[in-house]
Amino acid sequence: MDPITLLTVVVLSTFVGFEVVSKVSSTLHTPLMSGANAIHGIILVGAIIVAGQATSGWVLALGLTAVVLATANLVGGFVVTDRMLGMFRGRRPASATDQTGETK
Amino acid sequence: MSVLSAPWTAVLYLAAAVCFILALKGLSSPRTARRGNLIGAGGALLAVLTVFLSARLENIPAILAAIAVGSAVAAPIARRVQMTQMPQLVALFNGVGGGAAALVAILEITHSEGPAILLAVAFTLLIGSVSFAGSLVTVAKLQELISTRPLVFPGMRWLVSAVLFCAVLAGGLLVGTGNLVWAILLLVLSLALGLLLVLPVGGADVPIVISLLNAFTGLAVAASGIVLDNVLLVVAGTLVGASGTILTRAMASAMGRGVSGILFGAFRGGSTAGSTTQSDRPVRSGAPDDIAVLLRYAERVVIVPGYGLAVAQGQHAVAELALTLEAQGVNVAFAIHPVAGRMPGHMNVLLAEANVPYESLREMAEVNPEFKNTDVVLVVGANDVVNPAAKTSPGSPIYGMPILEVSHATQVVFLKRSMRPGFAGIENELLFDPKTTLLFGDAKESLGRVLTAVKAL
Repeated sequence: MDPITLLTVVVLSTFVGFEVVSKVSSTLHTPLMSGANAIHGIILVGAIIVAGQATSGWVLALGLTAVVLATANLVGGFVVTDRMLGMFRGRRPASATDQTGETK
Repeated sequence: MSVLSAPWTAVLYLAAAVCFILALKGLSSPRTARRGNLIGAGGALLAVLTVFLSARLENIPAILAAIAVGSAVAAPIARRVQMTQMPQLVALFNGVGGGAAALVAILEITHSEGPAILLAVAFTLLIGSVSFAGSLVTVAKLQELISTRPLVFPGMRWLVSAVLFCAVLAGGLLVGTGNLVWAILLLVLSLALGLLLVLPVGGADVPIVISLLNAFTGLAVAASGIVLDNVLLVVAGTLVGASGTILTRAMASAMGRGVSGILFGAFRGGSTAGSTTQSDRPVRSGAPDDIAVLLRYAERVVIVPGYGLAVAQGQHAVAELALTLEAQGVNVAFAIHPVAGRMPGHMNVLLAEANVPYESLREMAEVNPEFKNTDVVLVVGANDVVNPAAKTSPGSPIYGMPILEVSHATQVVFLKRSMRPGFAGIENELLFDPKTTLLFGDAKESLGRVLTAVKAL
């Protein structure tokens, strides 16, 4: 990437990042943090490239370590976010009364 | 394998980046949040498939095995972890992500030429390692493996400055020479810096630090994208860095403080230290029957849930108590402080798990003016978020934090484990107020006893 393209990408991504979460209620702070946390697990792509280009044993070992860590971040992050959000379902006003049986 | 041509690779990475934007967008609204998360996961899957199909890779079986190991470890933990321990888990995942970014950067040094790329390597190393070490400290604090109180020692400020100076120096030498030795030195110094920056943070501020470190990891990933010349990593990392910064600021303002005050407050001396002295002043404790009478014959009851409720897994018991009281004509609402629990929004998640209807959950700004018309406030396992010291004593570590003004209610009932101060480590004057009644014990058991007593009336 040439420096100008890079700068363009970084500046535009920053604005998009600011904009998409600017009006989030405090209820969703935790899931949003957790979801953003999962997204940076995409460092897995970088870890795969590094491990896939390793020529010596120790580079491969460290590269594979990075793959394991990045996978944990990515997979664990999305799973735990989904679990959190799964608990927000079924809170329609109409269904508020027929949930009484499930609270035991 | 290079099945995909460069343009196709770029298009697929772009699609993945769009998925991430849609994911963040979706996560900002309750109705679309779950779908948003799935879109994000889909984007990640697409990106991983793309890298396998486009880059020239050796060692593919070993890489697939490493992915299998990472998934096999993380997914079951993520699925089974207690909801109360979720903040630690998010911090842990964040830390390992930062660690992965630092490893990627250090391994790419041999392929990196030119000061600009080496600068990106140094940045990734610094930020990724700070995030890794700092996140592990937050996990240890939340798990109470180490003291939740700020950990400071004399001269710490100078040590931090010295380590930071040496790290910048090592980074400069790395950019100048491209020598691996400097990279390793930078890595070690940055890990030390991560520890030193987070150890002095007081317990109540830990969630905000997690959010900040989350933004840091995002920036490290973006910088590693520059190192690897991978536009998806740049976009995804920058998105997380930017949205994480906004989120950190939103959380900090919900607690009434600035981000720099949280990070450096303890260095400025005493401000977040608090007092640990437990006073032996008399308090009034009541039997479950007394509390049942108070609740049953009240017109309006507000329940303030806190971390103690979460620890005791009492969310179902409190939901049942609320339903029972409502069936007997009492108006019951839940007052949710933005940072109740260990993370902003944590309490909403737990009560949603217990099927407490959304309309019963009131935000702080909405419920505060209503306390003066409230007969009984039932505080279950919360302390700092109702502590009037936040308004009245300027020396207090939580001074300035918006609180639920429960002292305006006619009666206040605390269900507490003990007289131990809350997470912030300070005593609550309200406990000694004449209108306060206390019931000691595990939140779930106490709720059960009160519930039985209410039903017997």
